[in-house]
Amino acid sequence: MYENNIISVKNLTKKFGDFTANDNLNFDVKKGEIFGFLGANGAGKTTAIKIFCGLSYPTSGEVKIAGYDIYKETEEIKRNIGYMSQRFSLYEDLTVKENIRFYARIYGLSKIEIKEKTDELLEKLNFTHALNKRIKDIPLGWKQKLAFSTAVFHNPEIVFLDEPTGGVDPITRRQFWDLIYEASENGITVFVTTHYMDEAEYCDRVSIMDAGKIEAIGKPEELMKHYDAKTMDAVFLKIAR
Amino acid sequence: MIPIIFIMPVVQLVILVYAANLEMKEINIIVINNDYGSLSRQLTDKFSSSPFFNVSFGNSHKEANSLMKKDKADIIMTIPHNFEKKLIKEKSADIQLLFNAVNGTKAAVAAGYCKNIIFNFNKDIIVNSPKLILEPINYKRINIINQFWYNPQLDYKIYMSTGILVILITIVSLFLSSMNLVREKEIGTIEQINVTPIKKFHFIAGKLIPFLIIALFELAFGLIIAKLLFNLPMSGSLLLLFVVAAIYLIAMLGLGLFISTVTETQQQAMFIAFFFYLVFIMMSGIFTPAESMPEWAQKINYINPVAWFMRVIRMILLKGSGFAQIKNEIFILTGYSITVLSLAVWRYRKTG
Repeated sequence: MYENNIISVKNLTKKFGDFTANDNLNFDVKKGEIFGFLGANGAGKTTAIKIFCGLSYPTSGEVKIAGYDIYKETEEIKRNIGYMSQRFSLYEDLTVKENIRFYARIYGLSKIEIKEKTDELLEKLNFTHALNKRIKDIPLGWKQKLAFSTAVFHNPEIVFLDEPTGGVDPITRRQFWDLIYEASENGITVFVTTHYMDEAEYCDRVSIMDAGKIEAIGKPEELMKHYDAKTMDAVFLKIAR
Repeated sequence: MIPIIFIMPVVQLVILVYAANLEMKEINIIVINNDYGSLSRQLTDKFSSSPFFNVSFGNSHKEANSLMKKDKADIIMTIPHNFEKKLIKEKSADIQLLFNAVNGTKAAVAAGYCKNIIFNFNKDIIVNSPKLILEPINYKRINIINQFWYNPQLDYKIYMSTGILVILITIVSLFLSSMNLVREKEIGTIEQINVTPIKKFHFIAGKLIPFLIIALFELAFGLIIAKLLFNLPMSGSLLLLFVVAAIYLIAMLGLGLFISTVTETQQQAMFIAFFFYLVFIMMSGIFTPAESMPEWAQKINYINPVAWFMRVIRMILLKGSGFAQIKNEIFILTGYSITVLSLAVWRYRKTG
């Protein structure tokens, strides 16, 4: 069983033919952390996140998610995680309510529970009026917030966010991070990839990937100190060159 | 999508059943009559009074040939100038019939009609013109009276509309299902599904059941239209028909979903689905009876669910066959459904 490390990655390597997408990754994520998984485009972030979610298998290495083995216990892992992908993935032609109900039922939530939590959630988001609106008719920022809320609706142990704030305006991004903090306070471990370095500073710890390797890992303040930089932006530029 | 699903059957039934006419009418025959006697006129009158022929008269072979080349003539009949004289003197005379056999089936059927008319003409002159007969023959022969069972008026619309109904529900089931899952791959929602603990069988069932209901509804709708427009007989049990239809649809939906699991884009899925659709439909005996296909083709038909269901729908509706008569077909269709559905569940991967 896992003690404090809810994600534990040892020597993870993923190859596509001759191309090595993840080269010998080693790191742990502690329970309750907000972990930022940073890296340039094509650094191998999405590849790794897909492995953690049980969407693909590594070429070699050991990975445990919430104590479950990535090779043998993918279905148990799936029961205990939430995932929000880079591509928007709620059903466009279903309403807000229908999307929430659909995913919540897959995780086995009861109808009463779903109804209560949906009302609560939409009230919190100030979005009750859109309950019966189709997803395709609501703006992107709202979609992203809804997609996140759906990903944590079943109270998973970990939520994986793959560039959740891509293409979203700064105000909505801030609101989005409020949601992330709230989930974290509720005990959900957050594993997030992003391009925005100001967002990196919101994380408890970050790792920075370049060309499939993890080049740096630590608290943002520590990294800035170590690389003698004032912002995470500068740290990133030094590492990724 | 909903309007398309319901307008399609009406349009298909109305247009295809009326247009895909298997009856031979409007056969254009050009008569070049070089004999001016009454017998030759009697012969041409026989053609004119037949409902199948449009008779026109030509003067020369050249003219007639050019009309045939333009596809304006199907048959050229030439009556030689000493036709009547020869017939009286020698008791036999020749006429020439030329058929446009670009469409071989049409030419063969037209030749059959012509033979019949000429046979009747022969009979008539034997009976009506005894003066021609020097030594009267005892005119006794077997009279054949045809009776056509299960479709006494030989109404091709009844035969066609059952076929069109099968096409309809096949399109709905095969195409909607094969497009659906691959569409989720394209828009990315499948990834969200795949990170949930959903069971593979549940997911496939969730994809299958809505389309099954739509297709069954479509069948009911089509049956009502066929009943109203063509007075399609419903001799057998409709309940039995719907049960078999459900089994058949599960096979087609399973096939569609299987196609969807092995493809990455809607184009790929469309091409593969279309391939199966075309082969299955053309070989199913919708237009021509499957029994008259070559033996190897009939063997291929063993794995053609459309052919089995085509038989079942006609047997139930036209003949009133019950469970006992079609249990073989039901058995095969059930086996087919189970196999294809298992394949789809097996091939659907939650890792990608």
